Amino acid sequence: MTLESKVPAGPLTEKWSRHKFELKLVNPANKRRFEVIIVGSGLAGGAAAATLAEAGYNVKCFCYQDSPRRAHSIAAQGGINASKNYQNDGDSVFRLFYDTVKGGDFRSREANVYRLAEVSEAIIDQCVAQGVPFAREYGGQLDNRSFGGAQVSRTFYARGQTGQQLLLGAYQALERQIAKGKVRMYPRTEMLDLVVHDERARGIVTRDMVSGKIESHTADAVVLATGGYVNVFFLSTNAKGCNGTAIWRAYRRGAYFANPCYTQIHPTCIPVHGDYQSKLTLMSESLRNDGRIWVPTAAGDARRPEEVPESERDYFLERKYPAFGNLVPRDIASRAAKEVCDEGRGVAHGGLGVYLDFEDAIRRLGVETIRDRYGNLFEMYERITGDDPYRTAMKIYPAPHYSMGGLWVDYDLMSTIPGLYVIGEANFSDHGANRLGASALMQGLADGYFVLPYTIGDYLSRHMGEGPLPTDHAAFGHVESEVRGRIEKLLSVGGARTVDDFHRELGRLCWDYCGMSRERGGLAKALEEIPRLRESFWRDVKVTGAGEELNQALEKAGRVADFMELAELMCRDALEREESCGTHFRKEFQTAEGEARRNDEDFTHVAAWEFTGDGNAPRRHVEELEFENVVPSQRSYK
Amino acid sequence: MKLHLRVWRQRRPDAAGAFADYDLDDVSPEMSFLEMLDVLNERLTLGGEEPIAFDHDCREGICGSCSLMINGTAHGPNRGTATCQLHMRTFADGDTLRIEPWRSAAFPVLRDLIVDRGAFDGIIQAGGFVSVNTGSAVEANLIPIGKPEADLAMDAAACIGCGACVAQCPNGAAQLFTAAKVSQLAILPQGRPERARRVLGMVRAMEESFGACSNFAQCEAVCPKSISIGFIARMNGEFLRAALAQPAAD
Repeated sequence: MTLESKVPAGPLTEKWSRHKFELKLVNPANKRRFEVIIVGSGLAGGAAAATLAEAGYNVKCFCYQDSPRRAHSIAAQGGINASKNYQNDGDSVFRLFYDTVKGGDFRSREANVYRLAEVSEAIIDQCVAQGVPFAREYGGQLDNRSFGGAQVSRTFYARGQTGQQLLLGAYQALERQIAKGKVRMYPRTEMLDLVVHDERARGIVTRDMVSGKIESHTADAVVLATGGYVNVFFLSTNAKGCNGTAIWRAYRRGAYFANPCYTQIHPTCIPVHGDYQSKLTLMSESLRNDGRIWVPTAAGDARRPEEVPESERDYFLERKYPAFGNLVPRDIASRAAKEVCDEGRGVAHGGLGVYLDFEDAIRRLGVETIRDRYGNLFEMYERITGDDPYRTAMKIYPAPHYSMGGLWVDYDLMSTIPGLYVIGEANFSDHGANRLGASALMQGLADGYFVLPYTIGDYLSRHMGEGPLPTDHAAFGHVESEVRGRIEKLLSVGGARTVDDFHRELGRLCWDYCGMSRERGGLAKALEEIPRLRESFWRDVKVTGAGEELNQALEKAGRVADFMELAELMCRDALEREESCGTHFRKEFQTAEGEARRNDEDFTHVAAWEFTGDGNAPRRHVEELEFENVVPSQRSYK
Repeated sequence: MKLHLRVWRQRRPDAAGAFADYDLDDVSPEMSFLEMLDVLNERLTLGGEEPIAFDHDCREGICGSCSLMINGTAHGPNRGTATCQLHMRTFADGDTLRIEPWRSAAFPVLRDLIVDRGAFDGIIQAGGFVSVNTGSAVEANLIPIGKPEADLAMDAAACIGCGACVAQCPNGAAQLFTAAKVSQLAILPQGRPERARRVLGMVRAMEESFGACSNFAQCEAVCPKSISIGFIARMNGEFLRAALAQPAAD
């Protein structure tokens, strides 16, 4: 199978509007004859469910949380980008497009990114109309802040809770459609497999997480909006429930998995403090607007930060990247932090931390301004660490945060399985090898509000009158029995190690060999050890309780079992990509100054992996990336 | 630290529940409260017992999943702090902690410490939105909103829908939750066209499932986002104005 990106012809600036005109429409009376399944209720899924229902489609929406309002989009703090140019600082659709392509180290599709930048403005309009309380200037206009990888202020925000407010906007639109009967909501319901028949996605098999009941759901199209997979690292900034099961099961049913090695390590998280640690907490990138990052010049300096004189501090980002300073993109900031810690100059538990200091900002702007901008973040930091950032520098360290990789989709956001769409973080589409801050919210809402609702109609219109496959069809029965078999298997192992114990070990392997920097030997080792760990999991895991009841151990076990497979693909992809790009840093491929060295000749492409059966090596396919509007260059933030 | 835990265990919604006792003697003050429960659950699992079921997700105090009564206080002793952000340094060596699910008829227990908070979604469905379809919005800066109004709306909008307000209220009232959304949308110009319909619908839905408010103000005290009961007064004003303008039947 060849990968057809289906990027429309024509000049970049006209592709999306021309394509919208060329897409087949479904007339309003016919929309109500179609059923669409949406898995996930975050920014992408919630927005898509509400918008499709408004258009007249019948939607079934699933989430594992007890309410769609709790999807992990809610935890995004800093903001959402849009090229409104309200600050009159030279922003434009093209500049947002350019910054995003460059930020992604020239490993994304030009046409997708341009469309994203194009719809960014409509997203802000929509959210304001929904009653999202964005920050305002005294004159009543919307306020902006700066984010990494950009030299303009284009980030819209609602205190440090932008994700929450955008998600609640989408959630409220969704609840409105639930009340109208256009969306049927299935909370506490987890998708455990995809049903494919006649080479088309026909529905899903789910588990009711309260009763344990396994059920089939049919539809004319299936949309996965299930988020990212960095919980493969065990410790990450993702919510505990975030998992890769939906996309992994789809991969096993024929959807290609693109660029699994592109995982983002966020530079500003609270450092690890003990073995029992269950997750890492992010401190918004917006803090880098005013905070200065430093470590002592001498290794092993044990003084408190305020006791270290100015002359003995190394503001390493400002030193290495004077043009962007503390606002370099995330991958660069993370690697620089790792570097100074590797030199023994780190400052927190185990020497794995750097300072993020507001002393200068407080002197320059006053405590009140800082409190106004970051008050809730400072409080959160103090609650977790017991340290008061108004008095002493914060300690931060990078942590897994976001996956740019995901299921491969074409320009219409359809996977390699016809009728299976993938939106938001679950797909691979827009961020290349590194995502810029405040762009995840933009992409999730772009896909959900303004892209999928157009493109899905084109597919549906081609299947008018066919109707969904009945759930008593053998295709559903077959998948249901596989799902049941898997659950029984997990419950019957009766081993001696807990699921978390295995997950922690998997996470450590991934972090050590496929984390912030990677190299051939380590990846090869991971590819030996992960299958060994997986085998030991199926031999020695202990899952208590039964299948037909609320059973959190069982939920976790199924997700970790899938992470055990996904981790291997991630490492394999990292091994095969013999270059450094964005967040994928291979030690063998770096410039003399230690920056990522791309190999454009051999790797200006998307790697999309095809499942070929258990025990077989997956097949690597390639989608060449063509740059017609920007010239890939060595990224420079100096 | 050594701790003695008394934890509510209940297998099914219709089963009888009871407190179970557990001793922990290796609790680190740096642990979060939920990490302490993780450690206990690992121990229970290895001993062949089923782990304690509890709702949690982001562990950053924003998703609103976690929901524990700790020694009779929703989310425990620290003000403005959700259970997941509570750290063990708050407690003393040798303390006994009684851990229960939210107690309210509107939030039935599903298992152990997990309750069903679906009634909150029902209140939002009754009007907690602006009826604006995707694509029909006007330019975002067309309608200026003063900073004080925007900030006040944000204060209300900070609600995470955890249900602590209901759990702590002797009447099991959901006024604070409802008022937060009513107020946010009444303060902003975008919400004004529907404000009467919204408050009438949401209050009706609220009263179907929850108890009445008699100004105990315990909701504000336990709210992890410190949402002010001033919003309840605002909602009452909104309701009165809307109700008086209605035909007699309403």
